[in-house]
Amino acid sequence: MITAEQKPIQEIIQYIAPYDRILLVGCNECVTVCAAGGRKEVGLLASALHLNSLKQGKTIDIKEITLERQCDPEYVEELAPYIDGADAVVSMACGCGVQSVAGRYKNSPVFPAVNTRFMGASLGQGVWSERCKGCGDCVLGITGGICPVARCSKHLLNGPCGGTSNGQCEISPDVECAWRLIWERLKALGLENRYEDLMNAKDWRPGGAGGPGKIIREDLAQ
Amino acid sequence: MENFEPEIVAFCCHYCAYTAADMAGSKRISYPSNVKIIRVPCTGKVDAIHLMKALEKGADGVYVAGCLEGDCHFKNGNIRALARVDRVKKQLTELGWEPERVAMVNMSAGMGETFAQVAREFTETIKKLGPSPGKRTGNENKVAS
Repeated sequence: MITAEQKPIQEIIQYIAPYDRILLVGCNECVTVCAAGGRKEVGLLASALHLNSLKQGKTIDIKEITLERQCDPEYVEELAPYIDGADAVVSMACGCGVQSVAGRYKNSPVFPAVNTRFMGASLGQGVWSERCKGCGDCVLGITGGICPVARCSKHLLNGPCGGTSNGQCEISPDVECAWRLIWERLKALGLENRYEDLMNAKDWRPGGAGGPGKIIREDLAQ
Repeated sequence: MENFEPEIVAFCCHYCAYTAADMAGSKRISYPSNVKIIRVPCTGKVDAIHLMKALEKGADGVYVAGCLEGDCHFKNGNIRALARVDRVKKQLTELGWEPERVAMVNMSAGMGETFAQVAREFTETIKKLGPSPGKRTGNENKVAS
């Protein structure tokens, strides 16, 4: 899923300072799971903004709404009845959701309340770790199910660098060397010979270097 | 300020602090009437939003009273509550509110005297801090609504 973290509250306060009526929009998908921008976080942020306005001696009107998905037009449409009643929109979705809302309601200023971080998996309650870079040409099939693009700090494709130390990455003792993990996994699978196969230089164009990505499914697109 | 009588909300666990409050009553130990008790099945049920809403609606201070560490009837509800209290403290600091307005305390069901003492001490702390920042800016009516 896409992970995110709430922005510093003062940054959000600065965004909305000129406005009195705020539409605060959460998303029921990834940001709910990573506890950054779901219904609960919408309530907490609204409450924090209310506390701030009370301290400033101001009155602020906040309409809270959480969409099923902020990155799909049919759900973004659900904001239509409320948009005219708001001076500004604050989105707690990932960057995709913020842009979907901003693209649909062009007369309303839309501000992000979270910083979108990475595509990650949950390691346990309250802990998420990056697992995918969206490189557009998955190599997990030949690396034992461990991604060197996302989990090696240098995105190396043919074994570890000289910075690996006792199986950990040189950037931090808390970061495991992806190539150590790959080697151990290949060994456990009896596929050590695969380690000797050299990977060609990667074509980074499908992963963003070729411009913004786009998928068109001819059988689905209308 | 001298006559300031704070509004204090105490979220009390049914199995410990609420029973301790009962014990204080049975033993005729008095504690400030500023403290309004909300009984919860476990402090693990108290979410950050409950603390924030209490402050938003006009409480000058809020505390969560749970079982002694290791004694939670639901294993670790009190530990979870402590984490939420700490999170709200951090949020209040970022908003320029005094983090001392929220607190986590622990006690057992038999500690009636402790319940009363905590109520007295927390009330004194809030009295020293003064009214909630939301009430100092002419928003008294808004916070009460």
